[in-house]
Amino acid sequence: MALFKRKKNNLPILEEHIEANLANSTIYVRDLQKVYSSAKGDVTAMKDVNINVMENEFVSIVGPSGCGKSTLLRMIAGLDTATSGQIVIQDNNIIGPGADRGMVFQSYTLFPWMNVENNIKFGLKLKKMPTEKQDEIVDKYLKIIKLEKFKKSYPNELSGGMKQRVAIARALANSPEVLLMDEPFSALDPQTKTDMQLLMREIWQIEKPTVIFVTHDIEEAVYLSSKIYVLTSRPGTVKAEIPILLPYERTLALKDTPEFIELRKRVNSLIEHEGIS
Amino acid sequence: MIKIKIRKDIGRKRYTGFAIASFAAVALVWFIAAESGAVGEIFLPKLGNVAGYFIESLKDGTLWANTSISIYRITIGFIIAVILGIPIGILVGTFKGWEAVVRPLCEFIRYMPVPAFVPLIMVWVGIDESAKITVIFIGTFFQLVLMVADDALSVPDDLINAGYTLGTDTWQTVFKILIPAMMPRLMETLRMMIGWAWTYLVSAELVAASSGLGYTILKSQRFLKTDAIFANILLIGLLGLITDRIFAIVTKKFFPWADGGR
Repeated sequence: MALFKRKKNNLPILEEHIEANLANSTIYVRDLQKVYSSAKGDVTAMKDVNINVMENEFVSIVGPSGCGKSTLLRMIAGLDTATSGQIVIQDNNIIGPGADRGMVFQSYTLFPWMNVENNIKFGLKLKKMPTEKQDEIVDKYLKIIKLEKFKKSYPNELSGGMKQRVAIARALANSPEVLLMDEPFSALDPQTKTDMQLLMREIWQIEKPTVIFVTHDIEEAVYLSSKIYVLTSRPGTVKAEIPILLPYERTLALKDTPEFIELRKRVNSLIEHEGIS
Repeated sequence: MIKIKIRKDIGRKRYTGFAIASFAAVALVWFIAAESGAVGEIFLPKLGNVAGYFIESLKDGTLWANTSISIYRITIGFIIAVILGIPIGILVGTFKGWEAVVRPLCEFIRYMPVPAFVPLIMVWVGIDESAKITVIFIGTFFQLVLMVADDALSVPDDLINAGYTLGTDTWQTVFKILIPAMMPRLMETLRMMIGWAWTYLVSAELVAASSGLGYTILKSQRFLKTDAIFANILLIGLLGLITDRIFAIVTKKFFPWADGGR
């Protein structure tokens, strides 16, 4: 069943951290700069941003508020434009949004007039995929996000966590080259948030999507990622690239291990030194 | 410690009760004021006389004839405004170029007094049915364009962005996301606009009319037939209320997914 072009090599522990090099980067960002023009003069919001994301990698972007991490993600999505620099995905320069870059937003963006099934099918219908294949994909992802029973439900019948699960399924069903996630769990209560993190890691292990994940929650970033980029405060630039050398199988207990706490502190201190911008 | 009262639900039964009571109270004050002779009949007709006028005009068929011609004028004027106003409104709310061309113009025109256009309309389109329909159209169209534009603008950016990242192009985004997303609000706008259309009826029937509820009011005014004026005003109010409710029910039925309806 070749539904997905994504490679499903079950990587053994630690092997997800192959050195990043341009040759196998799915996405790279080169010398990105964002300048806002205002009456008082130009404001540089972001400069010299360089990022490499390899295929199947889970990359988080963290940084103090106002560092432009969400803007960076939106630029990769093609929803915002850079002043200068380059964003390349699969050898193509990004000039606008497209189905090759799926996105999950912080706000709830399920289409309220469609039930869960049709929300997930939305991208597939656009591609004019045969109906049987669409059904197959919907069922597969409903199972992954554990919402089989809610196939016919409408978004206003779902909780916040459920809506985000469907949003993830909708983005992944489209089999994008990369899944962009913009603080997708930040509106959820702490318990739901933890559940979503566990589920997200599980989904990543099953599907191996390439993910770029923006968050202000350090613990979340460390728990989910294979690599973290820390941005500085305005003008935002890459301060550090930290590989997360944690076991492949991650459980809640991992959050209490010295290795995890060490990493969390390290990322935290990098951001704290930035202060409030 | 206080008891929360602001926006607190009072229950369906009580709500309905209060609503009926307010109508009854107005009727009662009217009844007492008129029957006691405290207010002259030229100013305030007796309740019985208004009812009598109703029954009489029902019997001789003028009530139905006037009502149907008025409904016809409003419906046609409103439908033309809707057919032109909705697409233009959507374009204005979606594309900045359209907005720049249309919005300032509409903002300007909508402040012009519609009744003042009546003599011009008689010159422009004549004195037949199309003149009355034109008054209703002018009264609603410009306002409608602006309100539809706001409905289109109210669709959250991220809903549109979600569409883009799932592969929609510009027109797919408009037809598959923007328009469905704005439908409940659009229905709300239409509900308000049909109310406006009713209020322009009297202005519309200033134009060389010989029938209609508005015309009957104007004619009765000449003879100071206060009971007839009252009866027709009440009827317009009632018809407006009925159309309003129809829109509300249709919206609830067809767009149950909008705010907790389902």
